[in-house]
Amino acid sequence: MSPIVEMPALLPALPEILLVVGAMALLMVGAYRENSVQLVNGCAFALLVLAALVVYALPSGRIVTFGGGFVLDDFARVLKILTLAGSAATIALARDYQAAERQEKFEFAILILLSTTGMLMLISAADLIALYLGLELMSLALYVVAASNRDSIRSTEAGLKYFVLGALSSGMLLYGASLIYGFTGTVNFAGIAKAAGQGGLGLTFGLVFLFAGFCFKVSAVPFHMWTPDVYEGAPTPVTAFFASAPKIAAIAIFVRAPITAFPEITPQWQQIVVFVSIASMVLGAFAAIGQRNIKRLMAYSAIGHMGFALIGLAAATPEGVQGVIVYMGIYLAMTLGTFACILSMRTSHGLVENISDLAGLARTKPGMAFFLATMMFSLAGIPPLAGFFAKYFVFLAAIKAGLYALAVIGVLASVVGAYYYLLIVKVMYFDEAAEPFERMPGLLKVVTGVTGIFVLLFFVYPAPLVSAAAAAAKSLF
Amino acid sequence: MYQAIVFLPLLGCIVAALISIAGARARHPGADPAPGAEDHATDLGPHTGGGAPSPHGDHAVIHHATHEDHPVAPPAAGSRAAELVTTLFLFVATVLSWMAFYRVGFGHQDSREVLLAWIYSADLKVDWGIRVDTLTAVMLVVVTTVSAFVHLYSIGYMEEDPHRPRFFSYLSLFTFAMLMLVTADNLVQLFFGWEGVGLASYLLIGFWYHKPEANAAAIKAFVVNRVGDFGFALGIFAVFMMTGAVDLDTVFAQAPSLTAKTIDFFGWHADAMTLICLLLFMGAMGKSAQFLLHTWLPDAMEGPTPVSALIHAATMVTAGVFMVARLSPLFELAPNAQAFVTLVGATTAFFAATVGLVQNDIKRVVAYSTCSQLGYMFVAMGVGAYSVGMFHLFTHAFFKALLFLGSGSVIHAMHHEQDMRKMGGLRDKLPVTYVCMLIGTLALTGFPLTAGYYSKDAIIEAAAAGHNPFAGYAFAMTVIAALLTSFYSWRLVFMTFHGKPADKHAHEHAHESPWVILIPLIFLSAGSIFAGLPFKELFAGEKVAEFFRESLKFGPDNHILHDMHGLHWSIPYIPTVMMAIGFLVAWQFYIRRPDIPASLARTQEPLYRFLLNKWYFDELYDLIFVRPALWLGRVLWKGGDGRIIDGLGPDGVSARVLDVTRSVVRLQTGYLYHYAFAMLIGIAGLITWFMFAGSH
Repeated sequence: MSPIVEMPALLPALPEILLVVGAMALLMVGAYRENSVQLVNGCAFALLVLAALVVYALPSGRIVTFGGGFVLDDFARVLKILTLAGSAATIALARDYQAAERQEKFEFAILILLSTTGMLMLISAADLIALYLGLELMSLALYVVAASNRDSIRSTEAGLKYFVLGALSSGMLLYGASLIYGFTGTVNFAGIAKAAGQGGLGLTFGLVFLFAGFCFKVSAVPFHMWTPDVYEGAPTPVTAFFASAPKIAAIAIFVRAPITAFPEITPQWQQIVVFVSIASMVLGAFAAIGQRNIKRLMAYSAIGHMGFALIGLAAATPEGVQGVIVYMGIYLAMTLGTFACILSMRTSHGLVENISDLAGLARTKPGMAFFLATMMFSLAGIPPLAGFFAKYFVFLAAIKAGLYALAVIGVLASVVGAYYYLLIVKVMYFDEAAEPFERMPGLLKVVTGVTGIFVLLFFVYPAPLVSAAAAAAKSLF
Repeated sequence: MYQAIVFLPLLGCIVAALISIAGARARHPGADPAPGAEDHATDLGPHTGGGAPSPHGDHAVIHHATHEDHPVAPPAAGSRAAELVTTLFLFVATVLSWMAFYRVGFGHQDSREVLLAWIYSADLKVDWGIRVDTLTAVMLVVVTTVSAFVHLYSIGYMEEDPHRPRFFSYLSLFTFAMLMLVTADNLVQLFFGWEGVGLASYLLIGFWYHKPEANAAAIKAFVVNRVGDFGFALGIFAVFMMTGAVDLDTVFAQAPSLTAKTIDFFGWHADAMTLICLLLFMGAMGKSAQFLLHTWLPDAMEGPTPVSALIHAATMVTAGVFMVARLSPLFELAPNAQAFVTLVGATTAFFAATVGLVQNDIKRVVAYSTCSQLGYMFVAMGVGAYSVGMFHLFTHAFFKALLFLGSGSVIHAMHHEQDMRKMGGLRDKLPVTYVCMLIGTLALTGFPLTAGYYSKDAIIEAAAAGHNPFAGYAFAMTVIAALLTSFYSWRLVFMTFHGKPADKHAHEHAHESPWVILIPLIFLSAGSIFAGLPFKELFAGEKVAEFFRESLKFGPDNHILHDMHGLHWSIPYIPTVMMAIGFLVAWQFYIRRPDIPASLARTQEPLYRFLLNKWYFDELYDLIFVRPALWLGRVLWKGGDGRIIDGLGPDGVSARVLDVTRSVVRLQTGYLYHYAFAMLIGIAGLITWFMFAGSH
């Protein structure tokens, strides 16, 4: 006689368990020990790196556990490592900022750890319940970190806006999930794929609401409205975090859910993705031109880049998914590098955020100007930098899938988008020098240098990311 | 030997160009020209050249004084070397040319050699070649002789100019291109030389590039020639289309088979030979400044006077005549085209002569005279007397170059005064120049036994004997033009050398030119006298067939040279009588009763204005072509490019992008309920889409 509740295999979830246990322990350390911020930060960083190593070391192949609700495959492995890298880098970026702004709070690192745990669960989710659980764990921590600067009105406003709209989107997502459950009778992705058949209007409704929730998390148009305000209002390291790890996790579930649960009604969800992708690219490109604040600009840039990444999903082919993963990997590097530079925009009066503050940077800080210019060229998609290959892979997949209009619009949007990236380069290299920045902290230099070299030299040896992405994409089909 | 003739001038051109570049480098080492230095150098232009009959005259003396007080900007190092090298090469080429003339004309050793393969593309085969037959030999002699004397003359004439190496380089470049033209073995090489002389002409007319009039004249010459060259190029294309070849032998061999063929074009069925010949003649009209395309030639007098003598009198402008002679096998087959050639030539001869009557600029008188004489040559070509036209080309080169260089000597002596009304009585001051000019005038007006007498009278006789529809018209026009020629030529002489000095100061300071200027005058004077009689039989007599052989083609029905001798006894005397009348009228007007011209101009005001303004051709073209072209350009620039292409293109797109940006940014209000509303609208839109369109 078997027990009523069988103990599931825990090994595939080891990274998540590690992070949760570590977070609890660090919470105790933080609560009961004075001046433990650096210690907690350091340990959190180490935990994230350790978790990434564990993900790498876990047995290969496709492992399903927790009653089919949790899956560990190549797709999950690659994206988990990217997510963990993003989170770890965020903690590194935050250290000097916290010291300078007198916001040394140990809770920050713990919230990052918990949020990351949610992301990892989200990436591995194989049914609707696990999906929702991971999503909410990720989001709840994010609401709090967005408002972590309690004395700043803008920060609290950002947290509140994000919370209210996030709750609305969670509601939509739940409504969609319940519709899908109602029409198929199961919450498991594989089961839904079997039961869905040719679908129907009800199931499509459920799909639309589910996608609304995903779109909110990746900040795709028209569910993007929170992004600029939150990016601008939140403390800059938090913005960097928003722009990196959660985006990867959200894109991961955005890819996994439709491909594994709705393969039979691909044309339906393809239409949604195409629309969202075009709207995001176009709005990201056009709206960014009007921005003066570099964090707001990065928000629109993120919206646009999510649109480009979704081109790969719209293709709904292994090449497309591979393109998405490559895109997210390169996007992560570009975003972290850019935010490392933004965090270094500190004059004697404190942190500055306007594009005009970068004027003449090439004369005052040639090294930083060079790396920021590299990032901007790469974000604009200029060869031979990494950003070009990111776009190249998704456009190639779209062409192969016959989505010519989408590819053409994407290229045109990237032309418009190139304007504001190049404008920053122009401001740095051709304008009269503004007040010079203070020295760049060492840790930021490391992040800038590593991501900069990755972006510059990606074309020399792209195989690791590209082949890992190919393997990951194959595991979904 | 022939290669030496053609390429020695090119070598001279390159040497002088290198000296010129080195000199420019030395003057402005490593940097932009210092404004001061450049100003000082360019200051010379108006003095040495003299464009419009402008205020210079009144202050000539003062200018002269300043010249001596302030030594001119030092010429580039090596100027002398550039002059000597180019001039020496040209004299060597001249000697070789006369040897070639003898060998080909009398020894009958025609030569044809291929130097290099040039274009081989499918059916199109073009080589660089040198073709020397009698026609070419005549041109070689003319070109090299005049060019050599002009080089020598320029050493004296340009002595005050700091840019002499550049000038001599251009002169030699021109000579090379002209030799390339006359030795061409195919139409493409002919066109190369044709454009090469056009380029050199452009560069030399605009030699004093700081003078706006010179630049305008250079551009005018270039643009008007483009009109002709457009026709010429089309003619070459048509030849290639009909015969599949561009080398002269093949084309000539195939020409008789084309007589009945037509070229169909937009529903027109044009006779192939007529169309080809008319198109080719269009090129000749441009290059030889014939009626309707003549407007550039008088303006080209903005260039230095030696240039006028070489390019715009003796050689380049006769290229059109040479081309028609060279292509005589084609023209012989197109009687309609020949009639047109006659018409244009006769009209030009008359028209240019009438304008020449009232011009006051000494060089412009000679320029219109050139235009008129070119008309004579085309009359001869048109009636089929090719050798007679070539005869006039040959003699004209000597006496017209002489007249130009003589005028240059006067201008030089008068310190760059060109207005004849301010001269007068220069005969005592410039005895050698005076005698030379007299000889030139006698030759031009056709005084018996001078060179012009034989060639010009032969043309008038040919026109009288011609059979084409315009031969009678041509005879009348050339006879009247002979009268007018005599009048304006003597008018020039009387106004310049006789009478009382109009400007005492200028007259007192006038001085005879140095020997380096006078020697060419003397040699050309000799040519003007002796180029006629000894060559008469070769060009217009019994020996034509033996002398020219295959180089000129007379059709089986073309007996013009024979018919010329069967004319009424009085006809050969008519031109001489005309010349005498012209002389007497001029003498009456400008020596005996100098008040007549003024009162005549007063009583015949409209006619006088009409002639003085050159039949209002410049104004007419300005109205018909220049203004509409400028208007069209402005419309396309402001409207087409600016408003439509830029407006809808780059500027418009970027403006729309900003509009979109503004409206998108306005959506971002900051209010939560707007954001939530956007989300709900989005989801409602997607669901509506799937309800009505998306699902299958």
